[in-house]
Amino acid sequence: MSLFNRHATLERHSLLLTVGILVVVAIGGLVEIAPLFYLENTIEKVQGMRPYTPLELKGRNIYIREGCYVCHSQMVRPLRDEVERYGHYSLAAESMYDHPFQWGSKRTGPDLARVGGKFSDSWQLDHLMDPRSVVPDSIMPPYAFLAKKTLKFEGIEDDLKTQRLIGVPYTDDMIANAKSDLIAQASPNADYDAEDALVARYEAASGRKGTLRISDYDQNPAEITEMDALIAYLQMTGTLVDFSTYEAGDLNNRR
Amino acid sequence: MTDHKPDVDEHSGTETTGHTGDGIQELNTPLPRWWLFIFFATIVWAVIYMVLMPAIPALPGTGMTNTLGTRGYSDRALVAQELSALNAERSAGASALVSASLSEIENDLSLQQFALAMGESAFGDNCATCHGAGGRGAKGYPMLADDIWLWDGTLDGIETTLLHGIRHTEDPDTRQSAMPAFGRDGLLSDKEIEDLVQYVLSLSGGSKDAAAISRAAPIFAQQCAICHGATGTGNRQIGAPNLTDAEWLYGGEVRDISLTIHNARNSHMPAWQGRLDEATIKALAVYVHSLGGGEK
Repeated sequence: MSLFNRHATLERHSLLLTVGILVVVAIGGLVEIAPLFYLENTIEKVQGMRPYTPLELKGRNIYIREGCYVCHSQMVRPLRDEVERYGHYSLAAESMYDHPFQWGSKRTGPDLARVGGKFSDSWQLDHLMDPRSVVPDSIMPPYAFLAKKTLKFEGIEDDLKTQRLIGVPYTDDMIANAKSDLIAQASPNADYDAEDALVARYEAASGRKGTLRISDYDQNPAEITEMDALIAYLQMTGTLVDFSTYEAGDLNNRR
Repeated sequence: MTDHKPDVDEHSGTETTGHTGDGIQELNTPLPRWWLFIFFATIVWAVIYMVLMPAIPALPGTGMTNTLGTRGYSDRALVAQELSALNAERSAGASALVSASLSEIENDLSLQQFALAMGESAFGDNCATCHGAGGRGAKGYPMLADDIWLWDGTLDGIETTLLHGIRHTEDPDTRQSAMPAFGRDGLLSDKEIEDLVQYVLSLSGGSKDAAAISRAAPIFAQQCAICHGATGTGNRQIGAPNLTDAEWLYGGEVRDISLTIHNARNSHMPAWQGRLDEATIKALAVYVHSLGGGEK
């Protein structure tokens, strides 16, 4: 037991003990933190991810404000039952522009990571207005008031700038045109030039076509409401990544 | 210091640390053996785990995120494996569904049973959200268990709707038509719409307002008959509903019909091609066809 007796040396010299503790803690820190600085692929490479459009970003803010994440997760786990029900399991890349991410851990309602495009805009509207009108046994509260609240987006450029500050690659062009992009996405057939510019801007960032939808989400062409923003966000979730080019078996994508 | 010979406490037989205070000796009781053993076992287990399982972040230049471990375990590989096992289990039935035509499926008892079971579970998650459990429908979402069809109630027609959706603009083969918003876009005045509502109601015997009906007849002939037909029986080619059957997707009250004419109703069903595989879509077509109103 001589090795254990040497421990007494450590215990009786406070400076030696402090240095010893530092060394031990540093090993843990180095192993966990240092790789994040040199690994290029903690987030797998995918085709199609793009920053959220101003309208979708506003919708995401409303999603957070209303606490949707309290009952809905946005994370399809790599388990057979989940993939069968919700579709391809979620990738880290799909949350890379989420600050904060919306993975959640509570599923009072279903997972929403791939709800985008699964149902029509009008279903999303009817369901948010009165969940029980379409799903009789739902326990979700109604969010009809969102359709009456005009969307405030005076500060949308600042929202985008803040996102850029924390790593979302918004271009100067996207920030300068944030207001017109926001209006264009919720106002189909109003200003075709603005629509084309919006689609071009965000499809260029995405690198593929079909990641952007323009629609009057709340079926009220008179104004842009918070309902427009929330449905625009929901209808986008999980639709950006092109899974036809995603190599699940690639060594870099092994998790 | 440590080089002195340890004292042993007479009473307990345990070594002392050599510290005394107020005549009380501090004993140096060792940790219980069972505890020490578990502690060392966890350390040994950690080393074994690091060898077997993905554990240590890879060094720069290796092109990997972490060591893969000798067992090559991966959650993602595991789920891929489980899914392919599931597909293999289903493949006998599913490939039969894919190769058979829809009417062959319906006429072959075992294939039909398989398709109905598969269709029912797929319907529960994907379709019942709008069309209700068992296809009972809701306001704005057609009932699938009756014999009223907006577009096509045959097996092939239902499959086309499932594949391409309705007014799903991303799909070039989608079922497409658009009712104009007569009020909102200023095509008809409020008064004209009011009369037209009475006319539309009268087609199914729901209105006796002769004056309004006669005022609206020419408007109907001019604006509505091109899609809904001169007698209002509708046109399935373009999804124009039959107005004479007293069945109302969006409600049959004056207010509902007035809103319909004013704002138009152009409902949208997503295309399921791509989201669901071919066998599932065929199974759903057979299932929906079986709900009560399937047409030959």
